[in-house]
Amino acid sequence: MPAVDPRLLAQSRVVRVLLVRSAALGVATAALVIAQAWLLARLISASFEDGAGLAELRDPLLVLLGVVLARAVLAWWVEVMAQRAGTRVKSELRMNLLRHVVGLGPAWLTRQRTADLEALSTRGLDGLDGYFTRYLPQLVLAVVVPTAVVAAVVTQDVVAAAIIAGTVPLIPLLMWVVGAGTRALTARRLATLQRLGGHFLDSVAGLTTLKVFGQARAQADLVRRTTDEFRRETMGTLRVAFLSALVLELLASLSVAVVAVAVGIRLVGGGLDLSTGLFVLVLAPEAYLPLRTLGASFHASADGVAAADQAFTVLRSPLPARRDGAGVPRHPAVDLRLDEVRVTYPDRAAPALDGVNLSVCPGEVVAVTGPSGCGKSTLIAVLLGFVGVDSGRVTVCGSDLGRLDLDQWRRQVAWVPQHPYLLATTLADNIRLGRPDAPDAEVLRAARDAGLGRLVDRLPEGLATPLGECGAGLSAGERQRIALARAFVMDAPLLLLDEPTANLDGDTEASVLDAVRRLADGRTVLMAAHRPGLVALAHTEIRLDRPRVVDRA
Amino acid sequence: MKTVVTTRLAAATLLGAGGAAAGLGLAATASWLIARASEHPNMAALGLAVVAVRFFGISRGLLRYAERLVGHDAAFHALADLRMRVYRKLENLAPAGLPVFRSGDLLARLVDDVDSLQDLLLRVVPPYVVAAVVTGLTAGLVGILLPSAGVLVVVAALLCATAVPALAQQLVRRSEARQAETRGELSTTVVDLVQGAPDLIAYGATSSQLRRAATADAELTRVARAAARTAGIGSGITTLLAGLCVWGVVAVGIPAVQDGRLRGVLLAVVVLVPLAAFELVGGLPQAFATLERVRRCRDRVDAVLDAAAPVHEPPTPSAMPAAPYSIRLRGVRARYPSGRLALDGLDLDLPPGRRVAVVGPSGAGKSSLAAVLVRFLDIEAGTATLNGVALGDLDGGDVRRVIGLAAQDAHLFDRTIGGNLRLARPDATEAELRSALAAARLLDWADSLPNGLATEVGEHGARLSGGQRQRLVVARVLLADFPVLVLDEPAEHLDTEAADALTADLLAASSGRTTLLITHRLSGLHAVDQILLLDAGRVVEAGTHAELVAAGGAYARTWARERGDFIRPG
Repeated sequence: MPAVDPRLLAQSRVVRVLLVRSAALGVATAALVIAQAWLLARLISASFEDGAGLAELRDPLLVLLGVVLARAVLAWWVEVMAQRAGTRVKSELRMNLLRHVVGLGPAWLTRQRTADLEALSTRGLDGLDGYFTRYLPQLVLAVVVPTAVVAAVVTQDVVAAAIIAGTVPLIPLLMWVVGAGTRALTARRLATLQRLGGHFLDSVAGLTTLKVFGQARAQADLVRRTTDEFRRETMGTLRVAFLSALVLELLASLSVAVVAVAVGIRLVGGGLDLSTGLFVLVLAPEAYLPLRTLGASFHASADGVAAADQAFTVLRSPLPARRDGAGVPRHPAVDLRLDEVRVTYPDRAAPALDGVNLSVCPGEVVAVTGPSGCGKSTLIAVLLGFVGVDSGRVTVCGSDLGRLDLDQWRRQVAWVPQHPYLLATTLADNIRLGRPDAPDAEVLRAARDAGLGRLVDRLPEGLATPLGECGAGLSAGERQRIALARAFVMDAPLLLLDEPTANLDGDTEASVLDAVRRLADGRTVLMAAHRPGLVALAHTEIRLDRPRVVDRA
Repeated sequence: MKTVVTTRLAAATLLGAGGAAAGLGLAATASWLIARASEHPNMAALGLAVVAVRFFGISRGLLRYAERLVGHDAAFHALADLRMRVYRKLENLAPAGLPVFRSGDLLARLVDDVDSLQDLLLRVVPPYVVAAVVTGLTAGLVGILLPSAGVLVVVAALLCATAVPALAQQLVRRSEARQAETRGELSTTVVDLVQGAPDLIAYGATSSQLRRAATADAELTRVARAAARTAGIGSGITTLLAGLCVWGVVAVGIPAVQDGRLRGVLLAVVVLVPLAAFELVGGLPQAFATLERVRRCRDRVDAVLDAAAPVHEPPTPSAMPAAPYSIRLRGVRARYPSGRLALDGLDLDLPPGRRVAVVGPSGAGKSSLAAVLVRFLDIEAGTATLNGVALGDLDGGDVRRVIGLAAQDAHLFDRTIGGNLRLARPDATEAELRSALAAARLLDWADSLPNGLATEVGEHGARLSGGQRQRLVVARVLLADFPVLVLDEPAEHLDTEAADALTADLLAASSGRTTLLITHRLSGLHAVDQILLLDAGRVVEAGTHAELVAAGGAYARTWARERGDFIRPG
């Protein structure tokens, strides 16, 4: 692995600025370290050998005090700077990731584990903290400080300088060897970690079902086994990772010991004076310290680097071609036409739609019927632009859907999916999803039109009540009706309904059917329908029999 | 398990202390060696010091290695224990106690907070142990040679261990609490953005949701940047204290050598040992910041662990009565966790072999009735008995071995089709799985899949259609072969023909089995023994299909409408 991930460098100017600043602060730190060692050596030898008192040593003591203060300020500043840069880069990366994920769209998302993406874009990227606050600044220090120390020592004692210069480069070499060895292990560990995260969530989400089947205890054992597997996996990585730290520590401490002994022997022989000897002894550990700390922070940053790696993998997935083209004028009435349309999902062999032909006139209400899995939902996904066609042609208002600006096109479409997603916000904001500026009165009317009157009256704060995540506490029917209310507020010329009454009981169904009839008035409607009541609303019924079409009633 | 953690922690502490002592030993012997050498003694006088320098140099690394390995192992064992405790607690809370937490928060709590607690053992305890050992040894060694220097070391070390963290704590506490809050906010926004992407895209609302995420992210970034300043202050002051201490030791050491209170040769030891000591305790500010973060996480984990269970299990459950089973409810009243009345004076008789259908508008209390029967909801008034024994006196798990539920929102696990089925009966044979699938009219589809029963269903069964999901849920509950079966809207999400066919199949499969069928479609109900029409938590009409149609009430009206649907205009 390169010392600095080039993709992170390319990603952000913040990272490049951080590196330059770290280098400047590193040089200053090295200068202060050398000054401190020199002053300490002078002071000790002057006292020990010359019997000097405080009065004679006042000046070097005051300078030493200044050095101490400057080192404290530097230590503070390096950390502040690195942490700030780190939060900036994480934020940039997170927002890029989220924008890209949304850009990749529903077709791509259905093939992902959403829990992984959520974990990656929140906690996963926090792993980069270690990279920015510890690894990067330490990396700079690890280059600057040993170089400066060797340069300083060589002016005083060539032998000690040679020992340090000979051993310091061995450390990055060993780190590289060990790093290459642990990289695959670290990647595997992250995969295990994510599988564990998904597994734990799945277990918690399914607790009720597990209890029904008396399996909650058995699942607990599975959770434990998964955690144990995680521990073994991690310990395996750590044994190797810490082994590198062991080698580094040994090399560093032994080199200091060798320097001390070498200096001591020449002191005995009179080849060196005490001040020089002490200077070398104080400086020698300083040459290894940044490298040893780097070894530790290297492993602390490994999670973050792996997370960044995953983020870049997502960011490299090509976005669907952006159509700059064809704006979509707002049509009061939309017409649709499908010619020989064929759709195959990437992970399926058989096409979901094959040779589908149909046309819908402006203002026509069409029910698409057929057994489960015949492609009714796929047909709606095609019209929403969620899924591209392999072959054939989809024409809306005389233009090829494949050439239209999809965002503009979707502004003319209101969609009521089979499983609407409710946002963790108020009921009102959920209903005005397609028109955030819709006034409360209109939202309330839409809610009542969709048969939500009783729910609104029941909720403690009415429309302003926050919904739990995924609409927790609401019945399936209520969720469906919230999606219908969205369509009422949206007021779009084309309505795509995916079995809007599937989850409703008889009486509510009747009121919703009334609402759908009102909503359909003057609009083009294409609905996937099972229930006779809904089909009865349609002018036309089209039977979609898998996988071919089409029988027009 | 507890003892594994404790012994490993003790071992890690000892090893850490040994490593710290070796580090100090290296500094002390090396500085003495050099100072003594400058007096030109004969080499033999230095022999022992040379050996000691090398010994400390080697043992320090080895002890550190062992300490880290043992410490991490202990932390992971502790993590496994905690995960199990949290999981078991959640098991007691499910399902009625669960909507209190939002699922994104649940995940954050369980994975994030629980995992963060291991930092206590990895990043908080070891630095403090090392600091205590190093301070003690340094103060002892330096203090014997020069008491005033020893005092300086103790004062500086104590300030580093107490005053500096206390200062940092005040600054960190605010920002960390704020960070956890904004983190939760960001997490919720991201969940909505990723899981709700299709709805957001269709309604052109992605940019506003991205803005919400950006706002949450900006807030988190702002809070984290503010926190950076405080983390920096901690290490800045620690560096300052260490530098001042060494400076102070030099300043008291020089007159002491002049006075003859300190032998000149030992001045190097007195100065250089504290220098090395502070290098060893440099991790304290970070440890303290981590402690503060861990404390917050622990509070939130404790909140989950302390939540009140929504269903009270009897301290000494009554013995389960033997088959055949007969259920009787009289005047049952029950509330949702929100406090709203779900059942209000409900009567029900379910003798062995009887099949009862429960119909009524949504919100009438149908699903709450199912929850009461499987002990997911306590009753507040009235009686609910199984063979004359109050349900509340029986162990919930025992009750659920007899009364099985196919819930509307039953969960499909991220496993294979077979894996999901085997949840009902882990020892089921392939033939049994296939016959359960056949009963739910899913076998042909399963056989058409390239991987058959080994096909993965995806997160929440995402790779199946709504109908397939529902049928798989039904197949699973049929496989479990419960003596009493509660089916909550089994034909939900199916087209009418398939729904009616499935209902008919279910009624055929459950013939002779005690069954409570909750449904909103009336088709096929002529086959059941009794139909209860629920409204506002009580039974408003009861009888057979023929009786209720003849009675001309609400049931008859709904039936007429449902049947009328089949006569399509045009």
